[in-house]
Amino acid sequence: MSNHPIVKMEQVSFKYEREWVVKDVNLTIRQGQFLGLVGPNGSGKSTLIKLMLGLAKPDRGSITLYDRPIKNFSNWQEIGFVSQKANSFNSGFPATVLEVVKAGLVSRIGTFKFFNKKHKDKAMQALHTVEMEDYAHSNIGELSGGQQQRVFIARALVSDPSLLILDEPTVGVDAKHVTEFYDLLGRLNKEQGITLLMVTHDIGTITEHATHVVCMNKTVHFHGNTEEYKEFNDEDLNRLYGHSVQQLTHNHDHDEVNPS
Amino acid sequence: MIESFFQYEFLQNAAITGILIGIVAPLLGVFIVVRRLSLIADALSHITLTGIAASLLLEKKVTGINDWNPVYMGMVFSVGGAILIERLRKLYKHYEELAIPIILSGGIGLGVILISLADGFNTDLFSYLFGSVTAVDRTSMWTVLIITIMVIAIVILFYKELFVLSFDEEQASISGVNGRWIHLLFIVMVALVIAASMQVVGILLVSALMTLPVASALRLARSFKQTIGLSIAFGETSVLIGLFSSYHLSVPPGGTIVMVAVIILVMTILFKKVRTQQWIKGEV
Repeated sequence: MSNHPIVKMEQVSFKYEREWVVKDVNLTIRQGQFLGLVGPNGSGKSTLIKLMLGLAKPDRGSITLYDRPIKNFSNWQEIGFVSQKANSFNSGFPATVLEVVKAGLVSRIGTFKFFNKKHKDKAMQALHTVEMEDYAHSNIGELSGGQQQRVFIARALVSDPSLLILDEPTVGVDAKHVTEFYDLLGRLNKEQGITLLMVTHDIGTITEHATHVVCMNKTVHFHGNTEEYKEFNDEDLNRLYGHSVQQLTHNHDHDEVNPS
Repeated sequence: MIESFFQYEFLQNAAITGILIGIVAPLLGVFIVVRRLSLIADALSHITLTGIAASLLLEKKVTGINDWNPVYMGMVFSVGGAILIERLRKLYKHYEELAIPIILSGGIGLGVILISLADGFNTDLFSYLFGSVTAVDRTSMWTVLIITIMVIAIVILFYKELFVLSFDEEQASISGVNGRWIHLLFIVMVALVIAASMQVVGILLVSALMTLPVASALRLARSFKQTIGLSIAFGETSVLIGLFSSYHLSVPPGGTIVMVAVIILVMTILFKKVRTQQWIKGEV
């Protein structure tokens, strides 16, 4: 089963109003990978995630999840998602940590069925994994940014996903906790075999932890393992991030597309 | 009041209806408040008035219609308004709250015209605006009971979906929750509860029964379930004390119920303040 492609995107394009936000993206995520998705602001990283989760529909191209075309895919509990918005939820919301984590089981439980003791145990176990079980009965709004982030990871983990997608999860988390956070992700990847896709703009840190890196700016400019990425030299990086970003978008310079 | 309660049917009707809406109005109110839709209750109560006015007009002008209970027409308008609000929210994606003033002023505009055509205000209309302990008849009491049972059943059945939709719509969507359908079901329930509550609390004050108890509960509750429990407790207290004093003071119950809710709110705010200060002193 290892190395099996669980997400496959082929020639995927998406436009917002008249502008292409994602263009001709080919990307395959294989089981067991810890994939870092990097790129400058507005490079379409978050949009790519939305497309992958079915929250947006591509204008062109095809997306396959676990060997099924996305529109026929229903096994959503396989995919855990920690959104960027998790940082900006309504912090006055009257809910305990446990209630928030249990909400991650909604797809697994199904309509017309209720939460029971088993679901509570499951949620406590997920909180244990992220070392937050002591806060189960605290109000979610009273926790620090880093603690909240862990709770949202527990919510994503509670349905036992095999793929965990995280969109900029370290924004608003202080440096010390960022290290702990990466350690946690490393454990999930190595010990529990969960495939990870993490969107970040912190290129330095992600290359220390991820097994693979994808660089994108509307289209994929690099996709390979971390070793190869280190050879993807500064000049390339500059081109991706620096002043030539303008040039890229205007010249339709997509020759670097790297079919995965 | 206790003696009179057993003596007069109208008091039983008002008290039982009051107890029922004291449960369902704050129950739905919790979801309305956390989704930041507090003003929807106002828009829907105003369009309910339009329905009442339409019913009163028809009764006057069309021969053969005598015993129509205006509440039912109010419900039809309220549900129609709820569906219209949903439509408008989709149309104005970036200005979702715009739907509320459109429906609110449209409803009042049409309402005023209908009221004038029905030869202006009368005592009936006054009791619809501010509530009345004498206006509730047996059949509307039963209608409110049916609505109450239905609303409680739906909230229990869809509790986890309603929770996840209120907390995080994106998460709800990837959990396979059909947000649009549940939201429509929810807003139709809100419309029915507003029309049901209106006879006791009055149109102008019905939204207060959905929001004030929740505002008080939010000061004290830690969990979502606690918020629901406290909201219902505060709502019920307001209704009972409010009805009792309304009867004794001979003032419309809408006023007394809302004033009790306001007093509870002030008390919870003060309580929380004192407790926080004690906590700070204890800690430092």
